[in-house]
Amino acid sequence: MKPAAEKIWDWLEQVPDPEIPVISVVDLGIVRDVAWDGDTLEVAVTPTYSGCPATRVISMDIETALHDRGVQDIRIRTQISPPWTTDWLSEKGRAKLIEYGIAPPQPAGGGGPEACPRCDSRDVERISQFGSTPCKAQWRCRDCLEPFDYFKCI
Amino acid sequence: MSDVDQSQLFEFLCRMGDNTLVLGHRVSEWCGHAPVLEEDIALANTALDLIGQTQMWLGLAGEVEDKSRSADDLAMLRDVWDFRNVLLVEQPNGDFGQTMMRQFLFDAWHLAMLKALTGSCDDRIAAIAAKSVKEVQYHVERSGDTVVGLGDGTSESHRRMQKALDLLWPYVGEMFVADAVDEAMAKAGVAPDPATLRDAFDARVEAVLTDATLTIPDGGFAHKGGKTGFQHSEHLGHLLTQMQWLQRAYPGATW
Repeated sequence: MKPAAEKIWDWLEQVPDPEIPVISVVDLGIVRDVAWDGDTLEVAVTPTYSGCPATRVISMDIETALHDRGVQDIRIRTQISPPWTTDWLSEKGRAKLIEYGIAPPQPAGGGGPEACPRCDSRDVERISQFGSTPCKAQWRCRDCLEPFDYFKCI
Repeated sequence: MSDVDQSQLFEFLCRMGDNTLVLGHRVSEWCGHAPVLEEDIALANTALDLIGQTQMWLGLAGEVEDKSRSADDLAMLRDVWDFRNVLLVEQPNGDFGQTMMRQFLFDAWHLAMLKALTGSCDDRIAAIAAKSVKEVQYHVERSGDTVVGLGDGTSESHRRMQKALDLLWPYVGEMFVADAVDEAMAKAGVAPDPATLRDAFDARVEAVLTDATLTIPDGGFAHKGGKTGFQHSEHLGHLLTQMQWLQRAYPGATW
């Protein structure tokens, strides 16, 4: 059985990111390609940050999800070029992030978040350039006073 | 590409990977000890980026060497004399200011180097550089800001930052001195002649240190011997006893 690539993409849409489970690995933009090589399904995955500890878990989750749907022979290929950018986050993913309390990234190289993901205030300040995962920074809203995560825009 | 001496290419890749490995380990020593939680997280994240980059550099070094050594093998099974990192990155953490000064001086060189490597004629090297440069751009912004904040801070923080700069400045020169390996890489278009990175480095460092109200020490003396492997400082051996402890105590242990 060799399901079509579109079907595989649909399945991968349901694999959550282990650290931000409201979005899928596809929403995060790290699945770059899905293709059959003979009887082997090759999935190209791009790491967000080179040392991100979730990368290995993500590969395992992808393999498990595809195994569960009957794909036997899977190869995960780590593809570092072109490097991952937050511009690859899907629109659907961005909306889900706000709902979850994480401010989505501005275009790569951009400055601060557009608004507080909780109260939508524009009056926000940076606490730290780094945050709870390699891909995020810590910010705070001066109106509702809640701290929140913001994607580093790379 | 075919005319590049593979043993020299291996040497060059070890230099890149050992710099990030040794500094990554040094920075990780702060985990749980930094002055405030945000700094602790920032240092841990920086260390994580550097260790991730190490996997790519040493992974490629192992491929080029073609003796079935993985990145882990190279990191955990070599002893001091086989390491090719510059002396700067193996220097002890000292206080938080000294750690950030070391980070800034390395980041400023690292960014210039990686930018140049994105144009390497070796696609594998250009790809690793393109991935790393985004992370290192972020590192240098933070380490530069912190050097300014502490240098132009209280009289105590200023005194400590000047002391850190005086201590570490003699380790800067090594990053820009070329040897036969660098010359071969430059000739083949694999990597820049390190001397060509000096202007970009000086421009950034002088701007930040001026904002930080710090004075660059006189004199061009440079400690050397790390990247060629001729002689490391005594600190690297102690670092390796910690970093490689598990493999030394339980050879061949795996998860």
